[in-house]
Amino acid sequence: MGGIIAMTNEWMHRLRVWGVLIGFFALWQFGVMAFHPPAYLLPTPSAIVTEFLDDPLWYLNHSMITVGATLAGFAFALVIGALAAVGIVFSRLLESTLFTLLVTLNSVPKIALAPLFIIWMGTGAASKIAISFLIALFAIVVDAVLGLRSVDPDAVDLFAAMGGTRLQTLWRLRMPNALPYLFSGMKVAISLALVGAIAGEFVASEQGLGHVILQAEGSFETTRVFVAIVLLGLFGTLLFYAVEWAEQLACPWHVSIRGKGRA
Amino acid sequence: MTATAVALRDVAKTYAGKGAPFQALANVSLDIAPGSFVSLLGPSGCGKSTLLRCIAGLDHPTGGAIEVDGGPVNAPPPGMGIVFQRDVLLDWLTVIRNILLPAEIRRSDIDVAKRRAAELLNLIGLEGFEHRHPWELSGGMRQRVAICRALLLDPSLLLMDEPFGALDAMTRDELNLELQRLWLQTGQTVVFVTHSIPEAVFLSDRIVVMSRSPGRVVEVIDIDLPRPRPLSVRESPVFGAHVAHIRGIFEGFGMLRGRHNRDDE
Repeated sequence: MGGIIAMTNEWMHRLRVWGVLIGFFALWQFGVMAFHPPAYLLPTPSAIVTEFLDDPLWYLNHSMITVGATLAGFAFALVIGALAAVGIVFSRLLESTLFTLLVTLNSVPKIALAPLFIIWMGTGAASKIAISFLIALFAIVVDAVLGLRSVDPDAVDLFAAMGGTRLQTLWRLRMPNALPYLFSGMKVAISLALVGAIAGEFVASEQGLGHVILQAEGSFETTRVFVAIVLLGLFGTLLFYAVEWAEQLACPWHVSIRGKGRA
Repeated sequence: MTATAVALRDVAKTYAGKGAPFQALANVSLDIAPGSFVSLLGPSGCGKSTLLRCIAGLDHPTGGAIEVDGGPVNAPPPGMGIVFQRDVLLDWLTVIRNILLPAEIRRSDIDVAKRRAAELLNLIGLEGFEHRHPWELSGGMRQRVAICRALLLDPSLLLMDEPFGALDAMTRDELNLELQRLWLQTGQTVVFVTHSIPEAVFLSDRIVVMSRSPGRVVEVIDIDLPRPRPLSVRESPVFGAHVAHIRGIFEGFGMLRGRHNRDDE
């Protein structure tokens, strides 16, 4: 009985989600058809789909450029951010230098730094990856530091009582404990990384969805802009859920996830 | 083995705070015989947990000396197991991996440890739960796992800081019985912190009654009830006399008044 009710609830939930999405696009479609705003202001959803289907490979190629830069920037932010967090937690010196520097840097809107990176690294992928990395880094470091520090003091005592070294305490206690925090930082960071890649493409680029948007804007091809935006939304969502999926694999024991896999 | 498992000489602990320094422990001297079950009993703030932490090497006295097995305590001594009020099981490890943790930390023979873990799980009635996660267990079962973890490497000294303080009365009774049974089989020295008079009388060979401001030992009482003690021993006149005597000590210090008596039931 309980299983059936749970299943019905699950289906009801999906139905509602799709209902809202379809309703939104239907309203948009019929609204545009009824009021005829100029096409350069607001195209219909069907026009957007038609535009995409006209040359899907071209759009997907540009998407891959942007998603690639996002993933690369995110990966660098994850590795370097996690290492920096360990350093900050373990060294007073790094905490007072590196962490302070990061906090200061973070208060500068990083998009304002984008032109600098174009000057330094050119208009290719490297500058997009760098901006993406920089904008995602802080979210990773802050949450990883929080996770490494938010350890039950009793557990730290337990490790001390068992004769555990600092390294063992890091590896067997602080790191697993920090994983859920790290993942919540990663979920923010993956979205920010995409913002960084687009910002870089806006400043100067030859390809990518940001480039597509700028080009189309220049020639008032609003439908193209919308295709790029829809694709960005889709890939942004996919990236977010990819991180969430990784989280469920990596820490199935966490309160927020327990039982999800078994339901 | 030395004649005393734990020797305390004029142990003092003062915390230097913002205002006047706070004296948590003053002039605590005590000898604990190997293989005996000793309770540190007192109201909250009497320094019993601080004293236990000092014996464990997790905290350091500001005066006096502590020796475990004849050696001074500078760091947690190797032959020691500890159980806290909270079980502190690691959520990401299964029951068996939690129990094996001390062996992994100390890099001792993992096969020996696995056999010992299986024995302990059997003794404490947790066979079949090896591959569960801590969050699938009840509070009493979790604390049983924590006890198995503390006993894995057969420590000569077991320190317990109000281990059953967070459990309901029935689970507490059950675990008191099981702890006694385990201890009768393994025979290590146990230092047990509690604020429950009946629990201390039921479990201990010896009760160290402590008082607060400053934390100090006011009386040491030997409990010579025969073992194994059944729960019904608590209805015996001798048991009642011990409880009444200890309650009298606390009342004498003005620590138990009126309704507060109920705290110990």
